[in-house]
Amino acid sequence: MEFGPHLVLALLEGSITAAVLALTAAGLALVFGILRVVNVAHGEFFMLGAVLAWFVSTTLADAFGASAAIGFVAALVLAPLVTAAVAMAADRVVLRRIGYDPERTIVATIGLLYVLQQATLMSFGPDARPVEPPFNTRIALPWPERVDGSWAMSWPWGFGTTSYKLFVIGAAVVVLVGLWLLLRHTTLGLIMRATEQDRDMARAFGIPVTRVYALVFGLGAALAALGAVLVVPIQQAHYLMGGDPLLLSFIVVIIGGLGSVGGTVVAAVLIGLTDGVVSVFFSATLAKIIATLLVAMVLVFRPQGLFGKNTAR
Amino acid sequence: MSRRLRSSLARTSTTGAPEPGRRRTLKALAAGVGTLGGAGTLAGLSGHVQAQSAEPIRIGFQVHRTGIGAAYGRWYDRTTTAAVARINAAGGINGRPVEIVAEDDGTDPKRGAEVIEKFEQRHGCDIAFGTLFSHVVIGSAPRAGELKIPYFVVSEGHHVASGMLNRYTLQPGITDVRSQVQAMAPYVSENLGKKVTMLYADFAFGHDHRDYFSEAIAGQGGEVIAKIPIPPTETSFTKYFPKIPRDTEVIYHVMVGPSVLTFVKEMGEFFGPSAPPIFGFIDSLEAVDIASPGLEFLEDTYFWEGYPRYAQTGPDNVNAFDADYREAVGVDENGASVSDARDVSTYAHMFGCWETLNVIKAGMESADYRGPQDRSKLIEAVEAMSDMPHSLDHPQGAKRFNGKTHQTFGHQHISKVAGGRLDLVHTTSIEDTLYPDEVDYTTRSF
Amino acid sequence: MTAWMKAWLLHLGVLALLVLAWFALPAYHTGNLARILVLAVYAQGFNLVFGYTGLLSLGHALFFAAGLYGLGLSIQHFGLPALPAIGVALGFAALVAAVTGYLALRTKGVAFMIVTLMFAQTGYLVVLYAGTWTRGDEGFVIARAARSLFGLDLADDRIRYFAALTLFAIVFLSLAAVVSSGFGRALVAIRENEERARLLGYDVQRIKWLAVIVSGVVSGAAGAAYALLFGYAGATFASVQYSILPLLWVLLGGPGTTIGPLIGTVFMFYLVDFASEITDAYLLLVGVALILLTLFLPRGIAGELRRRGLTWLP
Repeated sequence: MEFGPHLVLALLEGSITAAVLALTAAGLALVFGILRVVNVAHGEFFMLGAVLAWFVSTTLADAFGASAAIGFVAALVLAPLVTAAVAMAADRVVLRRIGYDPERTIVATIGLLYVLQQATLMSFGPDARPVEPPFNTRIALPWPERVDGSWAMSWPWGFGTTSYKLFVIGAAVVVLVGLWLLLRHTTLGLIMRATEQDRDMARAFGIPVTRVYALVFGLGAALAALGAVLVVPIQQAHYLMGGDPLLLSFIVVIIGGLGSVGGTVVAAVLIGLTDGVVSVFFSATLAKIIATLLVAMVLVFRPQGLFGKNTAR
Repeated sequence: MSRRLRSSLARTSTTGAPEPGRRRTLKALAAGVGTLGGAGTLAGLSGHVQAQSAEPIRIGFQVHRTGIGAAYGRWYDRTTTAAVARINAAGGINGRPVEIVAEDDGTDPKRGAEVIEKFEQRHGCDIAFGTLFSHVVIGSAPRAGELKIPYFVVSEGHHVASGMLNRYTLQPGITDVRSQVQAMAPYVSENLGKKVTMLYADFAFGHDHRDYFSEAIAGQGGEVIAKIPIPPTETSFTKYFPKIPRDTEVIYHVMVGPSVLTFVKEMGEFFGPSAPPIFGFIDSLEAVDIASPGLEFLEDTYFWEGYPRYAQTGPDNVNAFDADYREAVGVDENGASVSDARDVSTYAHMFGCWETLNVIKAGMESADYRGPQDRSKLIEAVEAMSDMPHSLDHPQGAKRFNGKTHQTFGHQHISKVAGGRLDLVHTTSIEDTLYPDEVDYTTRSF
Repeated sequence: MTAWMKAWLLHLGVLALLVLAWFALPAYHTGNLARILVLAVYAQGFNLVFGYTGLLSLGHALFFAAGLYGLGLSIQHFGLPALPAIGVALGFAALVAAVTGYLALRTKGVAFMIVTLMFAQTGYLVVLYAGTWTRGDEGFVIARAARSLFGLDLADDRIRYFAALTLFAIVFLSLAAVVSSGFGRALVAIRENEERARLLGYDVQRIKWLAVIVSGVVSGAAGAAYALLFGYAGATFASVQYSILPLLWVLLGGPGTTIGPLIGTVFMFYLVDFASEITDAYLLLVGVALILLTLFLPRGIAGELRRRGLTWLP
């Protein structure tokens, strides 16, 4: 394929990665920013969202003959809710008891990771299972070409996308806007931001910090699960699918700058697009090497990330 | 203790079909809790449980129960259980029942080596068997060689025949990737095209495909015009397809991992209606239903199949032993589990467990194997084997075992997708798959 | 008895126990112990940076792999005998630690965590990319003939055990000396309050950098030993999992203690081993055990012992 269409295609694909990554990382940014803990099991909440989406859509299809669209909508609602419930239970039983101590949380969430993975393996099984998208038509995209001295549109071989992929990008934008509205324009958002800025002060103002923590942990998990539900018709649900999102989300949150959900979103877009673009020029593994080193170097020379404040934490 | 209890429970299941792994986990939990406080644990800690009158032959089964190989491990498990059930129903080996001692290696090479130690020093196994993923094999083989325990792998990797391993490691039940790939070149270049673009998983298994196929197709007067490696953990593939050159005559794909379905779907979405001929390895679709939504574009494309997934009915293609084998392992004529039509098997690989166990039986009988003191005799007996005819012991087809390289060779199959099924269109001869020896393990000492 | 004497007795006692273990335990457990001892060396290397200096690195697999491949490739492709190959491995690990440490130490806290993780990921990807030499994820076997040191065949169970024990003893005692020296105390000072240490005149950056280099060399030694004693080098050992494992071992055993890493490694190994005897779902039991441990033994096993009375525990 010529360079132009190839680049645009890579950008398109990168946008989908960026969209899902933005959702997942936003969830992590909330947890990281407000609770100040490293949740190693965040990727497993993502995985749970995908697995639950499969479960919901398959059960509805088998038991009620529901169409893929209805199954998908149901999954979109149920999977994040159930995942949030699991997260809040974990918070209640474990994290609260260890007082959100950073080191202990790492060990505890590693344990949670094993528990969630193994439980999924035992019930869902080791296979990757597909979920049907609610709709999916191939859209061939045009590209302007010079023909006999004037511009004309052609349809290069293989240059196209699908309607569902475009939907994913749109849906992610909608959810992120909703999140922004929540944080900026609602009381709940105000409470969350206050707790993030200064936990003790917030408590002094009568904010039930433990409840806010539980809620934020659940919300973070729900966002990851939502991202997974959106992406699972494109990929499949697999019990080990949480590893990559975990890694990428962390990178995005740090690069974006701690405490900045907006920065996280920008970083997600950057990283999602870069991944796609670099792979146009280099072989895949080399592209990954370059991307990884780039991330490290950004942090080495700007440790507060792109939008964080350079304060001692 | 609980592990042995569990496998004998599985053996006596009434339907003859092997029990799914999940139920076994719960049974194990129950059995384990029951024996925990009792003498069984103490005995287990110190080494052996008292033998019964007909001392069983213990085969250590290194299985991928967790980790990236778990989907294959499940079917390896079922096939092994079925094969052992059949052997025991026919009187066992040298009059002794076969007992499978299974340990999860987590598809990890460090754990794999530890599991081999367990087989030898804790469970008192006669041999170790059953590993699929190459890196686990290579990580475990040195330990098997040091402990002098015969290690029968079912891996498809070229590592055994390459000479990298030791005299204790053998692969008599499944062919290796080099012979598979090499045998495909004539058919591809004669029927599909001579200019090939390869899309392969960017790790050792994929590199083997890249190297051996390039060599083989060049020998047929063809050429690989583009090589596109894809990281095995990749989840979105569309950005790789634009690298396919316009003048490609054939696309050759081999991908492994949980994202294979996405890979195939996105390939279809990329090409739309105007795809060139496509030849893939069924590895790209093991355990995945060909009739899945989004895979319609696979119609009229070709696949290498180690063992045709769909029961073939055409007069030239009927496999006389396939029906009995399918019934024993619990697979229907579409290659899916008889108890769940959505549970598609890894049919192209799992037969390796069945055939390897039958080779082990033949070897032990030929060597008059009595115990671990006869291990080298067992290996020599297997090294002496060569032609294995097509039978219920070897349902995939006739085999020719090379005692020097410890690798078996067999027929390779090419199928075409038609009406959502795979129909066999070509079977290679065994000669097509042979390549020069790279090692002679028989010259090495024990 | 002074604390110093008690500490010495403890260290020598542990080593004596390990020597006795060879004669007292069945082959299965001594085989495990040989592996555990090498991994405990890795954990000790990590402990220096994490437990004593307070730097949470998620990229130590890079150093382990540097040692593993430094030795493995020297033997495999350059035909070096074991001893010079060990030298190459240690030198390479030191170099990698020096360069990446210098860059990473420009960051702190979570950024440091991510930067170290990224460097380790790069290392893993480079191993895969250089597949022509490293055979990538599949890895390669190190021939038995090459695995001999001073004429001793390291594949022999007894020699392997005592070789692992010797390495462990050297690292164990050396690090014990280091952490009770001025340098070691400076590390703890930095962990407790970096600003104050700087104000007191310590060259904090340089001290941290030295700690990373020493840690890197020790981790690299463990990697080289693993390849030499167990005969296999593969990309799995450079993956994220092998950066998380020493963190787990040290946290369980007790960060900032000398015996903590050994305890943690032994404990995790036998936890997995025991759990896998009972059930297929052993990872579930391991996960639950980790959660319980961090709920009730927050400072790790040795750390709790120290807190509850054994205050002299080094």
